[in-house]
Amino acid sequence: MSLLAVEDLCVSRGGLPVLEGLSFAVRAGEALVLRGPNGIGKTTLLRTLAGLQPPLAGRISMPPEAMAYAAHADGLKSTLTVAENLAFWAAVYATEDIEPALERMNLRGLRDRAAMSLSAGQKRRLGLARLLVTGRPVWVLDEPTVSLDAASVALFAEAVRGHLATGGAALIATHIDLGLTEARLLDLGPFKAPPPEAGGFKGQFDEAFL
Amino acid sequence: MSIWEYANPVKFMKTSSLVLPWAAGLTAISLIVGLVWGFFLTPEATNFGSTVKVIYVHVPSAMMAINIWAMMLVTSLIWLIRRHHVSALAAKAAAPIGAVMTLIALITGAIWGQPMWGTWWEWDPRLTSFLILFLFYLGYMALWGAIDNPDTAADLTGVLCLVGSVFAILSRYAVNFWNQGLHQGATLSLDKQENIADVYWVPLLFCIAGFVLLFVTLVLMRTRTEIRARRLKALEQRERMA
Amino acid sequence: MIALLIRDLRLAVRAGGGFGLGLAFFLIVVTLVPFGVGPEGGVLARIASGILWLGALLACLLSLDRIFALDFEDGSLDLLATAPIPLEGVVTMKALAHWITTGLPLVVAAPVFGVLLHLPQGAYLWLIVALILGTPALSVLGTFGAALTVGLKRGGLLMSLLVLPLYVPTLIFGAELVRRGAAGMATQVPLMMLAGITAATIAIVPFASAAAIRVNLR
Repeated sequence: MSLLAVEDLCVSRGGLPVLEGLSFAVRAGEALVLRGPNGIGKTTLLRTLAGLQPPLAGRISMPPEAMAYAAHADGLKSTLTVAENLAFWAAVYATEDIEPALERMNLRGLRDRAAMSLSAGQKRRLGLARLLVTGRPVWVLDEPTVSLDAASVALFAEAVRGHLATGGAALIATHIDLGLTEARLLDLGPFKAPPPEAGGFKGQFDEAFL
Repeated sequence: MSIWEYANPVKFMKTSSLVLPWAAGLTAISLIVGLVWGFFLTPEATNFGSTVKVIYVHVPSAMMAINIWAMMLVTSLIWLIRRHHVSALAAKAAAPIGAVMTLIALITGAIWGQPMWGTWWEWDPRLTSFLILFLFYLGYMALWGAIDNPDTAADLTGVLCLVGSVFAILSRYAVNFWNQGLHQGATLSLDKQENIADVYWVPLLFCIAGFVLLFVTLVLMRTRTEIRARRLKALEQRERMA
Repeated sequence: MIALLIRDLRLAVRAGGGFGLGLAFFLIVVTLVPFGVGPEGGVLARIASGILWLGALLACLLSLDRIFALDFEDGSLDLLATAPIPLEGVVTMKALAHWITTGLPLVVAAPVFGVLLHLPQGAYLWLIVALILGTPALSVLGTFGAALTVGLKRGGLLMSLLVLPLYVPTLIFGAELVRRGAAGMATQVPLMMLAGITAATIAIVPFASAAAIRVNLR
């Protein structure tokens, strides 16, 4: 059963289509890694999947309340402690226990530190621990390993593996090799939207002005 | 063939270029007729003197000040519901005209009020409401100016226009409640023509028609400018993509 | 959603006197007014309720522009928008947190400031009633202005221009309620209008604010 399926999707940034004709599916227990050069529209695609912006065309099918999104920024409040930050998101997603997440992301010892006193890598780990407390099966991750050292990347890969083993799925945009050998790769290059004169997407409105 | 066809920018440009000279010509004719007739060919009112003639600018501009906001409300709704870009651009184009009309109404009101009431400004409900309306116009225009992405700006100003309309009406009633004023009631309700004698009435009609046509002309011109600006932007973006 | 309220209140407290700052500002306004209009008790008594209302308006406004901007900058607004709570609820909770940190302290402290301004004897009760009924609308309308300007670098001044005209009805009926109450006149109309505007604002404006945030996140 596929947890996330995308059909003939076209996404836009700043009113211009960036990716089109995109189709893929992610099944339970599967990870899909999105690759592509800067500016190809990885973030735009993930934001569209997260429902933050509407697609220009195409279909996204996903069970309701299935997705947890993690963006570039971790959304941490610097004056709250690690545990408070995590407990807040646990409450929002109506899951109570933050201990397993602290354990998995190796944050136990930091639980009462204010988030502002964490290093960049520790913050990132806290941001990923947030994913664990959401209890959602589909993870949509935008550059999750930025500012993580090798050990933390391994920790992250382990967390993803554990998530997949319990029937979850993950969609990850990244430049770095995560050591997730079992993950499928999807190169976004071929889906780059052609410029309008080469027969690009016509429904887009700014074209109506030409 | 439906009315929404004109929401297509190309179609709009074509049609508006045909309409524009006629609108401009009719504006000139009716404004010249109305203002000359009103200013020079009507008798001086017995108890008002010549100051009453400011009515030929004051009343039409005040009417337009309110009607332009209503037009912006309608075009904003069309944009929010049907996503026709020309509609949003028309609302954007209308706002400065509305603001100027409000300002004209306020200034001519002051010019009229000075000899009538002995004061340039009074915190009368009508005057106050117009001042508040002017503030709404300013906020609306400022929001358009502050946001770079044209679609985001259109959406946000559209929402502001909706909320603003509700609160503008609320303010009108609140202000009425707050202070009973000096300003006379509406001079021009159709069934109460006895309020104003025919000699003043006919040139006033010309002036009102002239102001409406002036607005149509200006808003068409400004919408065309906005569309051209958008076209330029689209071309630049295309350049960058290629 | 309660978690969001608690988080925002906690943040306000940790950010250094979330409750105190609005009050201090209110106190400064009240202190400065007599310098501007002169110290005669009669003059102050007549304008006291208006000054207190204006102070409440400004204190409210000054604390508003960061209400979404901080969450926008650190990415939590994105995450909240994808979280299983409706954005309308987020907006309402934010407004409530704002009201608790600025509106409520003003309501409590207003009688004290009233003394400084020689507020007439009979006006105290009405002042408290008017502020309790009116200030929630100020916070909710403020979230609308903040939502419109959330993506802008320097949104503060623009937000004032957008929000202050929306405050007109609340200010008019609020000040009128105090004035009439103090003079022993009938207060039913301003009382009901003030309560009605606040209720309608709380019911409707969060939808507009949430719509504006969605547009800004797009």
